[in-house]
Amino acid sequence: MLIIGERLNTSRKQAAEAAEKFAATFIKAEAEAQLQAGAHFLDVNAGTFAEREMEYLLWMAKTLRAEVDAPLCIDSSDPVVIREALRICGKGMMVNSISAEKDTYAAVLPLIKEHECKVVALCMGDGGIPTEFENKLEIGCELVETLLRDGIAADDIYIDPLIMAVSTAQDGGVVALRMIQEVRNRYPGVHAVCGLSNISFGLPERRLLNRIFLVAAMSAGLDAVILDPLDKQMMASLIAAKTVLGRDEYCSQYLAAFRAHKLEQ
Amino acid sequence: MADLRQLSEALQKGDMETVKKLTSDALNEGLSPARILSDGLIAGMDIVGEKFKKNEMYIPEVLIAARAMHAGLSILQPKLVETGAKPVGKIAIGTVKGDLHDIGKNLVGMMLRGAGFEVLDLGIDVSTEKFVEAAKQEGVQIVGMSALLSTTMPHLKMVIEALHQAGLTSKVKIMVGGAPITQRYADEIGADGYAPDAASGVDKARQLLGIA
Ligand code: B12
Repeated sequence: MLIIGERLNTSRKQAAEAAEKFAATFIKAEAEAQLQAGAHFLDVNAGTFAEREMEYLLWMAKTLRAEVDAPLCIDSSDPVVIREALRICGKGMMVNSISAEKDTYAAVLPLIKEHECKVVALCMGDGGIPTEFENKLEIGCELVETLLRDGIAADDIYIDPLIMAVSTAQDGGVVALRMIQEVRNRYPGVHAVCGLSNISFGLPERRLLNRIFLVAAMSAGLDAVILDPLDKQMMASLIAAKTVLGRDEYCSQYLAAFRAHKLEQ
Repeated sequence: MADLRQLSEALQKGDMETVKKLTSDALNEGLSPARILSDGLIAGMDIVGEKFKKNEMYIPEVLIAARAMHAGLSILQPKLVETGAKPVGKIAIGTVKGDLHDIGKNLVGMMLRGAGFEVLDLGIDVSTEKFVEAAKQEGVQIVGMSALLSTTMPHLKMVIEALHQAGLTSKVKIMVGGAPITQRYADEIGADGYAPDAASGVDKARQLLGIA
C-alpha cells in the first residue's frame, strides 16, 4: 500500500502560514513526522494561493528536496507550476495530476516522460467529472489506454476515480468502488489511488466515514492512498485492513504495529 | 383551518407527501398562494437554513427539504401563474456558474410568469457564454441572475462584463438576486436592478421595462 502524506497542503491553515513565512523548520518537521508515520511520498500543494502558487510550491519543493530524503508528489492543476517544480526535484517524483482533458493531457504528458514520474490520472475529461459509473469507466479506460500507448509504464499510472460525496449522491461510494475494481482487473499493473475526504463531505463525524471507506476501497483493490499519516485511527485501520485482506505475510506488519503501540485507540 | 406552521414543519422534515397535501388544503381553503409561500414554505426553508448553518442539519437533510419545497411549489405554480393574455416582457433567468441552488431562481421565474412575463429558464451552473447567448435571443429584454454563494457572486460581474463586451447592454437590462446579494453589491457590479425577494423581483422587472 503506497501512502502519500497530505499534510503539506496550503488548504491547511498551518501549512499556509508556514509557506507565507517561508518557515523551513516547520515544513521539515511536518515532512519527517509523516515519513516516520509511514508515508512514502509527500504531497505538496499551494493551490490556495492562486497568484503566488508558483513561488510557494517551488519554495516548499526546494526546501524538502534539500532537507528530507523522500520523493514528492507535486500537486497542482497548473502544468507550468508542475514543470518548474519537477525541474527542481529531479526524477522519480509523482505528479498529481493528469486527466483526459485535452489541454491538461498534452501539457503534462511530456513532463512525466522527461522526469520519469509516477502520475495520478483523474477520471475526468473536457466534459467535467462524470458521475455515472458507465461514463466514468469509459473515460478512465480511455485515459489508461492513451497513457500506455504514449509510453507510460503501467506501474507508473495511478488511476483516481474521483469520489463523489455520499451526502449529495448516495451511490458516490459504490461507483468509486466499482471503478477501482474494474480498472484493476482490466489493466494488470496499473494502480488505483484516491483521496479520502470527499466521501464524507457534508456529514458529521467525517473521519469515521473516511476510515470505513478506506477499508472498503482497499478490498476493491485500492493500493495507494492520499491521507494524513498522523491520523492514528486511520493508519491503524489501514494496517488491520491489509492484514485481513491477505496483504500482510505472517501478519508481521500487524504485529510490528501492535508492538509499536500504533494500534491503540 | 389549514395550518401553515404545520406546513413549515413538514417541509423542514422533508415530508414531501404532507407538504403537498397541506399546500393543496390551504389553497382549497382559499388562502392566498403568496401567504402559503411566505408563511409556510419559505418560512420552513429559512429554518432549514439556520439549522444547516449551526450544523444541526446536514446536506442530505437539506436536500430532502429542497425536494419537498419543489413539490409544494409545483402545486402553487398554476395559481401563481394565472397569466394574462399577451406576455408583458421576456426574461432569461439562471443560476450562475458553480452554483446549484435553484429554489430561489425558480420562485422568481414562477412569479414572473404569474405576472405575465415570458420566462426562459437557463437552469443552474450556467456559464457566462450561455448567459450571453440567451441575451442575444430574439425578444429577450432582461437577463436575471441568481447567486447564493459568496464564492459564486463574482460570476455576476463576469457575466455583466461579458454582456458589455458583446455590446448587448443596450438590448437587455440586468437583474440580480440571491441571499448574499445586496443593493449595494448590485450597484457596484453595474447591475440595472436588484430585488431581495421574488415578489419585489416582479416589480423590479416591470420598472426596468418602464411598465410599472
Ligand atoms: C437549500 C440549500 C442548499 C441545497 C440546494 C438545493 C436546491 N435545489 O437549490 C443544497 C444541499 C444542494 C446546498 C448545497 C450547498 N450549499 Co446551500 N443552502 C441551501 C439553503 C438552506 C436554502 C436556499 C434556498 O433555497 N432558500 C429559499 C429561497 C426561496 O431563497 P433564495 O434562494 O434566497 O431566493 C430568494 C431571494 O434571494 C431572491 N432571489 C434569488 N435569486 C434571485 C434572482 C433574481 C434575478 C432576483 C431578482 C431575486 C432572486 O428571491 C428568492 C425568492 O424570494 C441556504 C440557506 C439560506 N437560508 O439561504 C443554504 C446556503 C445558501 N448554502 C450554503 C452553502 C455553503 C452550500 C454548500 C457550499 C454547502 C456545502 N458545504 O456543500 C453547497 C454548495 C453547492 C453548490 N455548488 O451550489 C451557504 C452559503 C454561504 C455563503 N454565503 O457562501 C448557505 C447560506 C447556508 C449557510 N448559512 O451556510 N444548499
